[in-house]
Amino acid sequence: MSAVVLASESTVSFPLLPAIVLMPVVGAFVIALIPRSRPDLVRLTAIVSAIGTAALAIYMLCIFEPDNASFQFVSQATWIQSLDIKFYLGVDGISLFLVVLTAVLFPLALFAAKPTHDDKGYYAWITLLEAGCMGVFLALDLFLFFIMFELTIVPLYMLIGQWGHGRRVYAANKFFLYTLLGSVFMLIAIVVLAVNAHAGDAGSISFDLQKVVASQAVDKGLARWLFLGFAVAFAVKTPLFPFHTWLPDAHTEAPTAGSIDLAAVVLKLGTYGFLRYGLYLFPEASIYFAPFILTLGVIGIIYAAVVAAMQKNLKRLVAYSSVSHMGFAVIGLFSLTTIGIEGSVMVMINHGIATGALFILLGYLYKRRHTYEIAELSGLQKVAPWFAGAFTLVMLASIGLPGLNGFVGEFLSLLGTFIAYRWWAIVAATGVIIAALYLLWAYQRVFHGEPSEDNKRFPDLSTAERLVLVPLIALIVFLGVYPKPVLDRIEPSVKALVAHVEEANKDQGWHEPHGEGPTPESRNAEQPASPSTEAPR
Amino acid sequence: MVSLVWLIPALPLVGFLVLLCCGKRLGDPWAGWLATLMCGGAFVTALVVFAGLLNQPEHTYEHTYFTWIPAGAFHVDMNVLLDPMSMAMVLFITGVGSMIHLYSVGYMHGDAKYEKFFVYLNLFIAAMLVLVLGGNLLLTFLGWEGVGACSYFLISFWFEKPANASAGKKAFITNRVGDWGFMVGMFFVFFTFGTLNYAEFLPEAHSAAQTALTIIAVMLFIGAIGKSAQIPLYLWLPDAMAGPTPVSAMVHAATMVTAGVYLMCRINPVLAFSASWVPTTIAWVGVITALVAATMATAQMDIKKALAYSTVSQLGYMFLAVGVGAYWAAIFHMITHAFFKALMFLGSGSVIHGMDEEQDMRRMGNLKKYMPITSATFIVGWLAIAGVPPFSGFFSKDEILTYALANNPALYVVGLVAAFLTAYYMGRVVYRTFYGEEKWPVVPVPEHDQTLAQALAGAGDDERAAALALVPDLDLSFDPEPTHGHFGAEHHPHESPWTMTVPLIVLAFFAAVAGFINLPLPVGQLQFLEHWLEPVFAGGHPAELTYSSSEILGLLALGALVAIAGCGLSYLVWHRSRSNQRSLQPAFFGNAWYYDIMVTRFMGGPGRAAFAAQAWFDRTVIDGIVNGVGVATVEAAAWSRRSQSGYVRRYALGIALGSVVLLGFLVTKVVSG
Repeated sequence: MSAVVLASESTVSFPLLPAIVLMPVVGAFVIALIPRSRPDLVRLTAIVSAIGTAALAIYMLCIFEPDNASFQFVSQATWIQSLDIKFYLGVDGISLFLVVLTAVLFPLALFAAKPTHDDKGYYAWITLLEAGCMGVFLALDLFLFFIMFELTIVPLYMLIGQWGHGRRVYAANKFFLYTLLGSVFMLIAIVVLAVNAHAGDAGSISFDLQKVVASQAVDKGLARWLFLGFAVAFAVKTPLFPFHTWLPDAHTEAPTAGSIDLAAVVLKLGTYGFLRYGLYLFPEASIYFAPFILTLGVIGIIYAAVVAAMQKNLKRLVAYSSVSHMGFAVIGLFSLTTIGIEGSVMVMINHGIATGALFILLGYLYKRRHTYEIAELSGLQKVAPWFAGAFTLVMLASIGLPGLNGFVGEFLSLLGTFIAYRWWAIVAATGVIIAALYLLWAYQRVFHGEPSEDNKRFPDLSTAERLVLVPLIALIVFLGVYPKPVLDRIEPSVKALVAHVEEANKDQGWHEPHGEGPTPESRNAEQPASPSTEAPR
Repeated sequence: MVSLVWLIPALPLVGFLVLLCCGKRLGDPWAGWLATLMCGGAFVTALVVFAGLLNQPEHTYEHTYFTWIPAGAFHVDMNVLLDPMSMAMVLFITGVGSMIHLYSVGYMHGDAKYEKFFVYLNLFIAAMLVLVLGGNLLLTFLGWEGVGACSYFLISFWFEKPANASAGKKAFITNRVGDWGFMVGMFFVFFTFGTLNYAEFLPEAHSAAQTALTIIAVMLFIGAIGKSAQIPLYLWLPDAMAGPTPVSAMVHAATMVTAGVYLMCRINPVLAFSASWVPTTIAWVGVITALVAATMATAQMDIKKALAYSTVSQLGYMFLAVGVGAYWAAIFHMITHAFFKALMFLGSGSVIHGMDEEQDMRRMGNLKKYMPITSATFIVGWLAIAGVPPFSGFFSKDEILTYALANNPALYVVGLVAAFLTAYYMGRVVYRTFYGEEKWPVVPVPEHDQTLAQALAGAGDDERAAALALVPDLDLSFDPEPTHGHFGAEHHPHESPWTMTVPLIVLAFFAAVAGFINLPLPVGQLQFLEHWLEPVFAGGHPAELTYSSSEILGLLALGALVAIAGCGLSYLVWHRSRSNQRSLQPAFFGNAWYYDIMVTRFMGGPGRAAFAAQAWFDRTVIDGIVNGVGVATVEAAAWSRRSQSGYVRRYALGIALGSVVLLGFLVTKVVSG
């Protein structure tokens, strides 16, 4: 595997990836053209565009070549020639499932909740948000990536500010300003990179991700500063401790669909960014800063879990649990091991599914009781057993019960971290205790006991509501029992990425960390069991 | 035939799925019968597989079904390891499990969530079977967590009552502390051996570094402590009695709580090659737990609580066996314990059933008159756990104690004292429940039975409220007037239906004779179980005895004597009333050495305060800085806005000053240049 991942030429004749990004954009435009008096038509258009996008994404999943580590279905169109800015899209094993996750969760979010007013604006912004997220996951051009990254902020700001609850304006402003501030540093870093990309070639510049990587024009010291520029933006988005306080506010005030999309998809922009633009662009700086970022990740896992336990509002509780879970994604990633990074991608996927399902359930709860306050809820298991059952399953997935999806990613992340940074993993693993504590305690207060007067007439899930949950619950179980198809597709790209990091650091003699035991390859070759010096490739 | 092994966990799993989908439609009692059929089917399959296993080379069968988690160098399969030990486990789990399923058909009759109960019960059996059949640590962990989740569901089955819900939560969270150890242990295993497969890393244990093995053993032992309720993590088990009684019998006596012992036996080569203090620690933790829990059991008023502390104590014996290297003795005692403890729990359930949900032994007495089968079978259980020959517990406990003596006489003495207490406290339960005067028409509890929790209850409403606010989950099991029993004088206790008594009789039979599967006699080759399990423990340096035949017979006689003495003391105290009964149930024991209360107070007090402090820190400091930056920006902008006053003369002044500065700069440049 060469150090630089080259785009493969084999693609479908049909521009699949542009279609995935543009389908929601077209949907948003059509919605803009529909008169306000036809909310039914608006909703239909939004759903059609979301399902269309999902169909394309699933088609892409079906024809994706599992063993191919490079970018597939690559598509590029010149945008600003003089600056070498292109509309350049491609997908590899790392982004594949994030695209599919996005495509699956957006229609479910639409089905799960309806806006309180002004349907047209609501659906237009949600549809645009999907386009932005897709763009981030698929972009292979730094400029395009930045535009898409910023494009996700505006719709979410509008959704929180206009269709949110209580202190929605405060929460929306905080979200907007905080994430925007983070992005400023990234913009500077991107410009510096682009200008330096072709430093040798008579000062021409390029925003092409792969060209930038190949040129390796930035020296070590500058690269570390640029890495920090990107890292700030991603740390805010992920969110990494101590940059997390915008998230509980944003979640609490956001409308249901906003919360689902925020938790399930938008947070992954941060960790995906770390992978694609942190590790890939700055392999040396990544290793240099890894202990520092791992420390923040471990603190985040435990700290956020402790704070979650004390929350009185269910949405805030789930928000803090997200901070905790994303900590697992971050530590797996910065363990810089194949196992850890695969685990990290799995955490992103599984957290999206489980937390998406949790927010759908909380949306149903709000529809019935108009509150998220734990103190006002009680005994719901008695009056709504199906609701309680679905919540239990999702909760156990979130706690990381083996056999359900959450465990796979968490375990691999921790294992990868353990191999490279033993003590960090040992401390981080205590997070599984606190995760059980805050979720079970909240569950007890909300679902156990006798229902109070207000909760006695809590209706159980309707058929339509159950249908929305079915795909997510099926995925929770399936990915817990048989994650192999997903891991198989992630692995080649992750291995290529680790090899790239190794190649870039070969003068320092850096190798992928591994255990003392024999690798499966050597065991298969009947070699004597000895501490292998060669990292598994 | 042996390839049918996958069916064993699959049958209860199918039962779980069918009941989940249409259990409501099947209803009472068909849902229960379906679940029982599935568990019974698993038992029959296990017998068939057992017959097949006898023809396998080395009595071992391994098979990989599919890859579970492949990631880089890490690779875990869904595979089965069927060896003599897992076979023995499977047989008693499905056998005892079937009996308990059958019992539940009658016991749960009329419950509003009848079919739900069997949903959980079947899922539990499936998870337990995965635990023992899994061919790698991670698959064992899957079953381990699966039984933990089912235990949580079943303890809080009657979740309307807050105490039950709290008990379920407590069990799950306490177990998670152990799970942390299990997970870290797995990380070390993978790091050291590059695999989690038992068949691959256990034979390599002898060549690994001792430090690594020591850490692995300690971490997995922490996991075992949590699951098998040993000091200091045992305190979830007595609370787990909040679940329906068949659950206490199956999950919290016969099967799940033995998982830790199973794990320790499974990794016996790791224990053998770790630092020598590891097995010693295991033995001491076991024997001290056995003794301490036995003292706690001597003063319990709730019949199920007495049995629960007894279970903790008996599990301690199994860890003692593991610690001294007598692994088969641990398995032997696990099997006999499964029979007699399941029997006694089901017997207590029959009592509770017949007494209209009364669990307080202070309201029982003379039940042998009304419940002859229950009392007779319960007494068999008592004699078995006490170690009266020839009942099963005599052989299994004596096997452990003999090997303890060979290891360290101090272990033997402590174990023997605990055995004496065991015979005594269970006799107390028998006499208080089945003999003496009929106390259920009497409502008030005698003054002298009050203890700390009661004193607290009588301490005035303010104090009580303050204590409860501090400790929401405080266990007031010493409730002076139990709210669950309203057994009036006009009611009469009654014997249970046949679905409940048949399992009692079957289990009583095995509790009486199960000792014969491994007769530790110095004549002939009667140690059938030991020989059957021998290949599993060959790599783990199992302990060997150097005692002569007469010494072994002497030890057996001494064990029998201690058991009979304990029974005799309970007879004198609780039947003949030859002693001050009050002084023999001190509040210190009744409140379980106040350990549970202290831990709960700590968690509810300083623990909770620390959590709250951190939440405050997040809200005030971390978020305060963020908002502070925002406010500061606004303030700075407001201040700098003043320069934009709109007065032309100010702008003119600014331009003039700027020009002067620029001019000055240029002049200096020219002069110097």
